[in-house]
Amino acid sequence: MTTQSLRENLQTVADPMHLQSSAEEVFGTMLGVRCEMVPCAGSMVAETITSVVGFGGILTGACVFRCNEAAALVIAARLTGMSFTELDDTVKDAIGEICNMLAGAWKGKVPDLSANCGLSIPAVITGSNYNIHVQAPQFRLDQCYRFETTGFEVTIICDGLQ
Amino acid sequence: MSEIRVLIVDDSSVMRKIVERALRQAGLDPLVVVEAGSGVEGLDALRANAVHLILSDINMPSMDGLEFLRQLRAQNLADGVPVVMITTESSEEHVRQAIHAGAQGYIRKPFTAEQVKERVLPLLAA
Repeated sequence: MTTQSLRENLQTVADPMHLQSSAEEVFGTMLGVRCEMVPCAGSMVAETITSVVGFGGILTGACVFRCNEAAALVIAARLTGMSFTELDDTVKDAIGEICNMLAGAWKGKVPDLSANCGLSIPAVITGSNYNIHVQAPQFRLDQCYRFETTGFEVTIICDGLQ
Repeated sequence: MSEIRVLIVDDSSVMRKIVERALRQAGLDPLVVVEAGSGVEGLDALRANAVHLILSDINMPSMDGLEFLRQLRAQNLADGVPVVMITTESSEEHVRQAIHAGAQGYIRKPFTAEQVKERVLPLLAA
């Protein structure tokens, strides 16, 4: 698939199944849990931790992972085999790595993206009550998942296909 | 082999611990892990420590994994020591670049302990 056809095949690049299979792969492989996609409306507690990995190259945008503190503690514990009681640096690092792996797995679903789209180092933000706004996105995917007794939200925003 | 010394280079301390756990699950025992948070730290670690194996991420601040690999080969810091890249970057081009820079193996994140075992043990046995 060339860059030209990447833009022409926006439907393929923006296929929600790519993101869903990426989330299932990352959580299944690294955490040993099965996550289930659920409707986003009302499914999430207000987020308290967010990780962002930027895309650069033939596609620009970001992968955004959001969850509440309880989910972050469970994810970090599953990932490391340790237990956590607060959002410390290790938990933030774990959430950044989850977002990094999700972004990498997602772009890996489309060969041309895999080869020609780079990833930034993860940025982790704590806090809530904010919105993600992109002026004119090419496409945006929002998906929410539940696993065990908690959940998370993942968003792919594409604001440019060069 | 007696003590197995491994250098793990990754800017994520969590990922370094996950890789170490995978190595222990692969049966590497007794295992001594040397950690580095960047390519620069990795080079410093190699100046101070002899290791049997190097596992390195690619996307890292200050010096990425490919440049780390080129530098350690250019400076003869780990002659004959196998290097395996562990990264989210999985395209054939990234693999080609890593092999060209001197890597002997490539593991894509997310990974299982079994995958780590399959890639690493043959290199240590060679």
